Amino acid sequence: MYPRSMADSDCVMVMGSNMAECHPVAFRWPMEAKTKNGAKLIHVDPRFTRTSAMADIYAPIRAGSDIAFLGGIINYVIDDQRWSTDPFFKTWLVHYSNAATIISGEYKDTEDNDGVFSGLMEYKGGVEDWPYNGFVGEYDSRSWQYARTRMGDQGRVAATAQSGEVTTTRSGTQADTAKAPDGPPYDALVKSLLKPPPERDESLQNPRCVFQIVKRHFARYTPEMVERVTGCPKDTMLKVARTLLENSGPERTCSFAYAVAWTQHTNGPQIIGCAALLQILLGNFGRPGAGIMALRGHASIQGSTDVPTLYHSIHGYMPAPSGLKKHDTLREYLAIETLPTGYWANTPKFVISYLKSMYGPAATKDNQFGWDWHPKILGDHSHLPMFVAMADGKVKGMLLVGQNPATSLNAKLERAGMRKLEWLVVKDNWLHESATFWKNAPEVKHGDIKVQDIKTEIFFFPSSQVAETEGTFTNTQRMLQTHFKAAEAPGDCRTDVWFTYQLGRRLKKLYAESQEPRDEGFKNLVFDYEHDDARERERGEPDAMKLLKEINGYYSDDPGRHVATFGDLKDDGSTTCASWIYCGVFPAPGQNRAASRQPDPPDQRGAQLNWGYAWPGNRRIIYNRASADLQGRPWSERKKWVWWDEAQQKWVGYDVPDFTPTKPPSAKPKPGATGMDALGGGQPFILKPDGVAWLFVPTGLVDGPLPAHYEPAESPIQNPFYKQQASPVLKYWKRDDNALAAIGDTRFPYVITTYRLTEHYLAGAMSRWNPWLTELQPELFIELSPELAEEKGIRNLDWVRISTPRSQIRAKALVTRRLRPFTIDGKTIHHVGMPWHWGWEGVVTGDVVNELTSLVGDPNVTIHEGKAFVCNVEKVAGARNGVV
Amino acid sequence: MAEPLGFFTDTTVCIGCKACEVACKEWNQLPSSHGGAPTLSGDSYDNTRQLDGLHWRHVKFVEQFSPDRADGRWLLMSDVCKHCVRAGCMEVCPTGAIMRTEFDTVVIQSDVCNGCRDCIAACPFGVIGINPVSNTAQKCTLCYDRLRAGMEPACSKACPTDSINFGTIADLKKMAAARVGQLHERGEQRAYLYGADEKMLGGLNSFFLLVDKPEVYGLPPDPKMPSRNLTPSSLWSTLGAVVIGLMGIFSFRNRGATARRLEEDDVERRRTA
Amino acid sequence: MDSSRRDFLRAAVGVTSGTALGGLAGLGASLAPTLARAQELRIKDAKTTPSICPYCSVGCATLVHTVDGKIVNIEGDLRSPHNEGTLCPKGAATYQLHINPNRPTKVLHRAPGATDWEEWDLERAMDRVAELVKKTRDETFIERATSGKLVNMTPAIFSLGGATLDIEWNHIQQKLMRGLGIVAIENQARI
Repeated sequence: MYPRSMADSDCVMVMGSNMAECHPVAFRWPMEAKTKNGAKLIHVDPRFTRTSAMADIYAPIRAGSDIAFLGGIINYVIDDQRWSTDPFFKTWLVHYSNAATIISGEYKDTEDNDGVFSGLMEYKGGVEDWPYNGFVGEYDSRSWQYARTRMGDQGRVAATAQSGEVTTTRSGTQADTAKAPDGPPYDALVKSLLKPPPERDESLQNPRCVFQIVKRHFARYTPEMVERVTGCPKDTMLKVARTLLENSGPERTCSFAYAVAWTQHTNGPQIIGCAALLQILLGNFGRPGAGIMALRGHASIQGSTDVPTLYHSIHGYMPAPSGLKKHDTLREYLAIETLPTGYWANTPKFVISYLKSMYGPAATKDNQFGWDWHPKILGDHSHLPMFVAMADGKVKGMLLVGQNPATSLNAKLERAGMRKLEWLVVKDNWLHESATFWKNAPEVKHGDIKVQDIKTEIFFFPSSQVAETEGTFTNTQRMLQTHFKAAEAPGDCRTDVWFTYQLGRRLKKLYAESQEPRDEGFKNLVFDYEHDDARERERGEPDAMKLLKEINGYYSDDPGRHVATFGDLKDDGSTTCASWIYCGVFPAPGQNRAASRQPDPPDQRGAQLNWGYAWPGNRRIIYNRASADLQGRPWSERKKWVWWDEAQQKWVGYDVPDFTPTKPPSAKPKPGATGMDALGGGQPFILKPDGVAWLFVPTGLVDGPLPAHYEPAESPIQNPFYKQQASPVLKYWKRDDNALAAIGDTRFPYVITTYRLTEHYLAGAMSRWNPWLTELQPELFIELSPELAEEKGIRNLDWVRISTPRSQIRAKALVTRRLRPFTIDGKTIHHVGMPWHWGWEGVVTGDVVNELTSLVGDPNVTIHEGKAFVCNVEKVAGARNGVV
Repeated sequence: MAEPLGFFTDTTVCIGCKACEVACKEWNQLPSSHGGAPTLSGDSYDNTRQLDGLHWRHVKFVEQFSPDRADGRWLLMSDVCKHCVRAGCMEVCPTGAIMRTEFDTVVIQSDVCNGCRDCIAACPFGVIGINPVSNTAQKCTLCYDRLRAGMEPACSKACPTDSINFGTIADLKKMAAARVGQLHERGEQRAYLYGADEKMLGGLNSFFLLVDKPEVYGLPPDPKMPSRNLTPSSLWSTLGAVVIGLMGIFSFRNRGATARRLEEDDVERRRTA
Repeated sequence: MDSSRRDFLRAAVGVTSGTALGGLAGLGASLAPTLARAQELRIKDAKTTPSICPYCSVGCATLVHTVDGKIVNIEGDLRSPHNEGTLCPKGAATYQLHINPNRPTKVLHRAPGATDWEEWDLERAMDRVAELVKKTRDETFIERATSGKLVNMTPAIFSLGGATLDIEWNHIQQKLMRGLGIVAIENQARI
């Protein structure tokens, strides 16, 4: 969904997000729903924030107890009379979800397996070249599969897990690979991957059907347990559950908004999955005002995931070729990574068009389109393990462009890593902490580290700003929008593309004479983006439009002809396209749809299709076929979006239909067919191989097919739900400088969460040099309740010391009743919170809150747990308001 | 004269984001106080503290929670010059620097102002302050320059939730009455308008929807013209606030090591830049 | 958007003549007093360039006003379905990202063990970076992993950053890195 669609919601639940503070303009739309339509706004959060101030219901919960809270709502919904009998919910359950699918008889749920899922085993993955994967355990997911069918290991939900943590022999895909015929064309290969369809029980009575498993799984999430674990009064939770259910159905929709307070946990994807499970039960996907709004934090963070400056994926969410999987040949990669049914059956076309964008004419059928040249990953090369490897001296150089790791997770450890680099390039708009850590970091200022002993060669390249650059951002709606150059950047400030283009051109020259086989790929890399404008060319700027064209795609033998839609991509090398999902943004020369700025006329219901370009194919709400019933009729006039037009024999509506345009609702899956033909006219979730939304997730998640409440890695209590304390497969890099507090450690008795403020931005580089912003929030503070303050003898504005097993920092106390003590499992647990925008550079400075965090993370995506950990808080003796 | 224009600020939808404060500073190119580094106020999320010569918009934060948190709300309100129909500041200005515009707004002409501060004392809302750069009295102009070009004022344009509404006073009053009615219907019986009718200084061309007593928001319950019945106590409270504010602007930052480090950094930067 | 706002805009009149606002520098020292009377709209003759807010992911549209190639104002674009002209405080402060005396504009180099920066020429610095990338890549390149698999990669160079940057940069960066065999490519989406 997208923010403006929230104006169509009847209830908006913000959880894992402080939407009013961190996405104030997106919050315009829930506020419009509230003022104009009387929509209910719910905020679930440990702190009473500016979002809570607008909420009809505020539900306080302890940080890290989100699944317990959501599980309680799921349990309430499943037990509800109206939910059980309303045909709307029944249709969603039986036809639009996998509730009726039967799961393998080998599957054991947490209910029957001591709080863990079947398949848990000791971690034995990885290779000796890269011992940094961090797993403390792993699951063999064989028993989680649909009965009678094998879906493969290709789930797209958590591609990081595919970095090699699923070994090919165990999952049995090796045999499949061996018999898959080569291409191009690859139709036969895709066909060879087909499996028999899964068993189903549409009466939902079979004890092994997904619905029954889900029902049993959540039965223990009673209101009493929810209160005991979250600290939220059970009546408040029940009120939330009732409000969500009342506002779901054919006439009404609910939406959820979350942000990094759901992702930054050792089970982040499971929290999001839990909300998705609930929204499937409530029929809230693919419809106006429905769905789950991922509020992303950066202008183009969606773009940097789609166009992946991320180790685990290549363009368009295709898994990065891996040295830990059977990716030895292109054929084997395609056999493992292609889903034979649903839209992903087109994977060979996407991969080969991508390889053509890398190696151009040198990529031919005879050399597997350059497959051997393409690097293979050796494990988890993401942020956390990279800094561990850096601290071990295994990383020699870093190109740092627009990020500030000197203030990032377990910041002292990250800085220790940076000191071991041979060279570091910082390309940024500001001389931030990562540019000056070698002389201004606390450990250097305090004399623990001598500047002279840091042997890193460091460069700082100043950057141009947004209005000095032509380029494209992809926003949280998956929408590409071009910004144009309004002014010349001062001095040596250059665009980011200038830097990479200039570096690449120099390296091309340096390698031009090489005869080494390992340099062959680089020599063949297509790298020609010369600007057509003489002035820009003189400055050495590449042409951003040429880059966008390569992303969009063109015909290999006629580069002037752009590919208009991803449906036109081919698996034989005749099309060149870096990113299949972006195909269509630049369908013809001179037609950059990301630059389109035509709003809909006022008061006309629509999807603003001529403003920017949203992938895929300019669809604004994905899976929008679900906005119609089985027969293709809108669920209601009020919630009309996309529907089947009998006269025209096609899907029509306000949006671009996210479905085969002419497939009637009554169409049956074609037996033995691949791709979209394998899905019927009533299966809206076309990226899923079975065309339905997954309540139970058989593939793609490495930490379980269903969400279960586990405590954060650092917690004040034993897990009251299960014998298993924390995720059994979380990632942790055990080192002296990355110690964790034990459960209930009395030295660190308080739960702490970190967050952002409206007035600042992330680690501060884009706000701490900006006096209009800094005067609004000049100093670092810690928010704590008057109860805790009294216990510790702390007054408002006193300096306090906050410590964790990693480090300690100082901040001023902001004593407020917006924070409260929780009663958790019978104990009073105090909760504190800190914004993390400060550092030692800028117009305003303050201690680095990330000194407190640890390198412990989720096993699917290796995101750290920055939102729930433990600390101690002490008054700094004799210090008050600036006088230390 | 054109139709009177003004602001209607609905505090019940204010999210306290301070976009209005920054948009105002951006358009009017106002510097930050203390070079952008004042000390933390400790008063909720309010660190700019008041309306004055550098802050023509100011967002107030009022935390109201019972000790057991059974009742709790965080009142947020973007304050601004009221553009009074009967404006005390105009009445006392000895140089005629304060004028009523064709839009029925009240504007201080900086090139005529002699910095005597009479208007500061005369304003019952504590809106006006001396801009230390120009050394003249300054406040919100309701973006007079933008109005004359047919553009909306910067603050209301920026406001993400339409808490600040701009328009003709007639339209705004209709909108405000409807909103009060809606809130009453939805159970918020405390909602009322402050300054919308003529009883208050002939009407405030910038009026507010509030859900608690005016004093809770730091607003006078019964503002008076300086010439009529100005009680010493209210005079002093107003003056007091302003004086404290000025001290705030001119006082040195008292931040010990931080300040020193900043100075070092400045030297550093000058050397390398 | 409320109707009064739209109506007013429709009724927009021409700009009257008068004294131009003196001095547009935003950050203090050179600020001239704001002239209210007979003030001319300071963007009257400005060129308007459409842009996008560089902060969070909402994608608010902005308009950049320039006079003689210099940015004088950045405000919300009323047409945008995302923000309808509104902005948050950060978006409203975008101007100050550009026009800001704290902004570094020179290339700096710090030699191993040195106690301070040295200003370097842009071209010299780029040449040196290219040299270092090649050196490290050549020294650490793994053609075959210990398992014997052909991997053609190096894990010893780390490319970090990208979520605040254009997709065109993300594309060219990941392409150059992967083209060289550098697989450790990450951005803020991870953390």
